[in-house]
Amino acid sequence: MSTFQRHRLAPWMLMAPQLVIVLVFFFWPAVTALRQSFYVQDAFGLGETFAGLSNFTRVLASRSYHEALLNTALFSVSVAFGAMAIALLLATMADRVLKASRVYRTLLIWPYAVAPAAAGVLWMFMFDPTLGVLTRALSALSIHWDFRLNGHQAMVLVIVAAIWQQMSYNFVFFLAGLQGIPASLMEAAAIDGAGPWRRFWTITFPLLSPTSFFLLVMNTIYAFFDTFGTIDTTTGGGPGGATRTLVYKLYQDGIIGLDLGGSAAQSVLLMLMVGLLTLVQFRYVERRVQYH
Amino acid sequence: MVKGFKGIVGMAAISSLALSATPALAATEVIWWHAMEGSLGEKVNEIAEGFNQSQSDYVVKPVYKGTYSENLTSTIAAFRAGQAPAITQVYEVGTATMMNARGAIYPVYELMADTGQPFDPTAYLPAITGYYSTTDGHMLSLPFNSSTPVVYYNRDLFKKAGLDPDAPPTTWEAVAEAGKTIVDSGAASCGFTTTWPSWIQLENFAARQDIPFASEQNGFGGTTARLTFNQSDAVVAHVQDLINWQKSGVFSYGGRQDQASPRFFSGDCAMLMASSASYASVRDNTEGFEFGVAPLPWDPKVIDQPKNSIIGGASLWVLKGQSDDVYKGVAQFFGYLSSAKVQADWHQFTGYLPITDKAYALTREQRFYEENPGTEIALKQMTSTEPSDNSRGLRLGNMPQIRDVIEEELERALNGDKSAQQALDDAADRGNALLEQFERSVR
Repeated sequence: MSTFQRHRLAPWMLMAPQLVIVLVFFFWPAVTALRQSFYVQDAFGLGETFAGLSNFTRVLASRSYHEALLNTALFSVSVAFGAMAIALLLATMADRVLKASRVYRTLLIWPYAVAPAAAGVLWMFMFDPTLGVLTRALSALSIHWDFRLNGHQAMVLVIVAAIWQQMSYNFVFFLAGLQGIPASLMEAAAIDGAGPWRRFWTITFPLLSPTSFFLLVMNTIYAFFDTFGTIDTTTGGGPGGATRTLVYKLYQDGIIGLDLGGSAAQSVLLMLMVGLLTLVQFRYVERRVQYH
Repeated sequence: MVKGFKGIVGMAAISSLALSATPALAATEVIWWHAMEGSLGEKVNEIAEGFNQSQSDYVVKPVYKGTYSENLTSTIAAFRAGQAPAITQVYEVGTATMMNARGAIYPVYELMADTGQPFDPTAYLPAITGYYSTTDGHMLSLPFNSSTPVVYYNRDLFKKAGLDPDAPPTTWEAVAEAGKTIVDSGAASCGFTTTWPSWIQLENFAARQDIPFASEQNGFGGTTARLTFNQSDAVVAHVQDLINWQKSGVFSYGGRQDQASPRFFSGDCAMLMASSASYASVRDNTEGFEFGVAPLPWDPKVIDQPKNSIIGGASLWVLKGQSDDVYKGVAQFFGYLSSAKVQADWHQFTGYLPITDKAYALTREQRFYEENPGTEIALKQMTSTEPSDNSRGLRLGNMPQIRDVIEEELERALNGDKSAQQALDDAADRGNALLEQFERSVR
């Protein structure tokens, strides 16, 4: 007790650099955004009028916001689930490989090193309705591919591109998690007659649950925020707004449209949504996690 | 409006040039932010360098700031922070935003008068300056790179389909017929495609047929303007035509901005509707075949003589908050930039329109149009008629977003989700909400 009382200042001083960064780069912009969301302002900041909640009501009443909300839900769930499922499958397979495992690992981690915008361009070119290599392959299967006009195809494309990017990150964590599972447990189960499928579901999967939970949170945040570059270079939110997620809409309204009040309101709403989502994840999903 | 990797190269070139520009000691710096990438950016540096060499009082420093919208955002952020450049390049759809920021801009006609720089507004082409002038003719920004849409067509494919490559279609009906012949004969899988769908297929369609795109003289009369294109039968019919042609292969949608161009380059589409400033890019990408240039089609059922098409591109705005010396430098630089020699060179190199009569005359004198067939068509199309209230251009707030809305609804109509009328009504409704919002923000 006496130690704590004597060193009241020390912990604060040790935390100060971090706190300053959080204040300057998170709280200050967040408070500014909150303030701006209650004002209508011209782009140059020459004049502003208090607008009450009208920015929020305008955003919430607009159909394009509802569409963006639905798009975001579909997109995030698909990306988070897809990126984790594929990564888990690949990690399990890579875990078993003994020869050349380093090569496989390196190859699987590679996509993460590609910048989202570059990845978007890559996918855009592969699936370009005229020039794309894969477009030709699809048309050989008599699938008419045109993501510039077909909203569903555009959505599939950005989901696949986003999954491909995030998969590697998940793979690293899953592989580390798998390698932390004691071999003796698996051997004991095998001796008891459990097949590979059963061993996976009753031993591996529960033991991976802390990793999976961490990745679920990270992937949700990724799908919400970090996929901007991918969407921007692949489809630009189109066609007809079919791939416009909340973050993309915020960018279009704020940066291109210079509607500062409206985009501030959107960012406040987005902040609330992600906060709520994280809370739900920690309250309900984390209960099922077994830490060992 | 060329996007991509060239930007990085352009940026590197600019910074190295800016460093090598070794100013005289007492020279006043004039900072010029722009969005010209690659070879265009290098040309911008060349122009600045030419001015810097011509006198020793001022040094113009061009800085590449990314795309048009990135440059506008940066300019605004810089202005709010009190760090604005003296000159910034703003795309045509940002004009209303700049115009209504009265406390932030220094109108060009005032600048020229205040600094005593010789300035004759009638020397400029009215079809271009009209876009950047108040209704009583005062020039607010200096036109720099203005373009207008034209049709590029594949002469080889025309021959293959049995069409006369020397007589390209000039009316919409003829475009449809030619497209059908091309598809039916198997010469190509698509008749025509378009870049910048809202700009070319709606904004310019309305201008050429003398149809109001919005009320209040397309926004020139004030910020109470609202969109009216959905009330025109001709516009609705044109979008309906596009939908039908999309089904039959006469037309193929290729995306917003410049994304449709590769369909023309690869020979999939026989005609491409694109900016006159795409000339160099079309020339460089069509080595496998001969191409021709034709005017933007019009509809004789709607109008007897087509009006001028409207411009795209950007103009140069001067921002407040600089010293008098800087403004003198800006005025002198604008004088240099408007000179026939500089303008003619810029026009010939880029495919952008010359902004003055003298630059046009000089280009003709140099026999440039004879040696580069098709390069004069854009200019003829622009100067063929006196601009009307419907063909002077658009001065609408939130225009970048309105364009997005129009293109979205157009895509929904083309993929079969909506009828032409429904899509245009929805575009007008959503666009009008944006206009109301703009009106509120500048009040």
